[in-house]
Amino acid sequence: MSHPDLIIHDEKDNVGVVVIEKTREGQNCNAWIMENDRTVKVPSAYAVPLGHKIALKDLKIGDTIFKYGHDIGKVVKEIKKGEHVHVHNIKTKKW
Amino acid sequence: MKIPKSFLGYKRENGRAGTRNHVIILPVDDISNACAEAVANNIKGTIALPHSYGRLQFGADLDLHFRTMIGTGRNPNVAAVIVIGIEPKWTKKIVDGIAETGKPVEGFHIERSGDIQTIMKASKKAQEFSIWASDKQREECPLSDLWISVKCGESDTTSGLASNPTVGNLMDKLEPFGVHLCFGETSELTGAEQVCAKRGETPEAQKKFMKTWNNYNDFILKEATDDLSESQPTAGNIAGGLSTIEEKAFGNFQKIGSRKFIDVLEPAEEPKKGKGLYFMDTSSAAAECVTLQAAGGFNIHLFPTGQGNIIGNPIEPVVKLTANPITAKLMSEHVDCDVSKILSREMNLDQAGDKLIETTIKVANGRLTCAEALGHKEFVMTKLYRSA
Repeated sequence: MSHPDLIIHDEKDNVGVVVIEKTREGQNCNAWIMENDRTVKVPSAYAVPLGHKIALKDLKIGDTIFKYGHDIGKVVKEIKKGEHVHVHNIKTKKW
Repeated sequence: MKIPKSFLGYKRENGRAGTRNHVIILPVDDISNACAEAVANNIKGTIALPHSYGRLQFGADLDLHFRTMIGTGRNPNVAAVIVIGIEPKWTKKIVDGIAETGKPVEGFHIERSGDIQTIMKASKKAQEFSIWASDKQREECPLSDLWISVKCGESDTTSGLASNPTVGNLMDKLEPFGVHLCFGETSELTGAEQVCAKRGETPEAQKKFMKTWNNYNDFILKEATDDLSESQPTAGNIAGGLSTIEEKAFGNFQKIGSRKFIDVLEPAEEPKKGKGLYFMDTSSAAAECVTLQAAGGFNIHLFPTGQGNIIGNPIEPVVKLTANPITAKLMSEHVDCDVSKILSREMNLDQAGDKLIETTIKVANGRLTCAEALGHKEFVMTKLYRSA
């Protein structure tokens, strides 16, 4: 078992979580998918800290963010693959 | 791991068992705090539980006040209780509710005699209770005497990835031993509410859950002035990488593993359907939630944190775990169980669950939690609306 840089909960997810202290700009991250024990490569566009999310694909305004295989909110600002996904570009659908 | 079948607890008169042996001085209302604190200061081995309410409350809010007061006194971690209120009637109501358990309890009221005489009388009785309680010994109790409540706080994405699933793993392993389990945090299941409702064991439990969640959500929508950002999720959650309430909810929900809940409890309500998992309608604020769960009779609490919530409770020991390696390093004095190696895959969930079971049983046997050693005893009443 190699130390992953990113963990993805579910195959369906379009974001992964940084599990090292910080990614480096341009880093080709090892991302472990928990659901099926697969490892994929994901680029990090710039440094993203532990616990924060990185987009696994390009996302448009209005797209749904999937994590745990479930809907966790919507995109409010375009996101490119490898970019940081957080409160500046996604929002709850609930409140 | 072979799970021990018993722990060392304090057997109580009503058949329950405590993981602690507190003598509490319980003020009925805010203005009786000074008296209660003076008694606890006089008599070693007692602890006062000051709080901010108890006057001119009415309706469901008053019911909740009494349920929390009485439930706190009834908790098996409490050996004996001194109740102090301003007037005799509400004081007696609380004394009578606690007395049903068979444990020693005595009430005092301040009107017509003043603080000093009340402190003197209550101190005499408190001394008697303290010495009596100190004579109690821990005895072997079946694991089913553990009533375990759970609630996470200052969560981040590491909570949903690792520390909450560790609690879920513990639930899956301990439920067959006949323990009682409880999760809460109604607002914090928002986004995962449909998925959570399906975990109700019966259609009644499922319906009751949705009704409870809808009521809470309606209240939030009515009072909200924005999207609740920095409240739910909190500023700490956001700093830790959680972006939306839905993301927080699916992380939160990992705490119940693959269990199903058998009933939905009112805040501070004692479960009555036997062993198994219960959902309690609570706020998601840590101290409020744990206070309600303790009042429901739960005798040990598991608290996963991401960014480092530091909460404790005066009567229910709060075991803290984290999967965030930075928190484990920078706030080690608050962490009872470090499961951060899950993130680097040097530890799997099964191993983490075993580690948490070991810690939980040690604490049930009497080992102090970090929060206890640091003196954390947050006792926070939930108030439903303004007093009359």
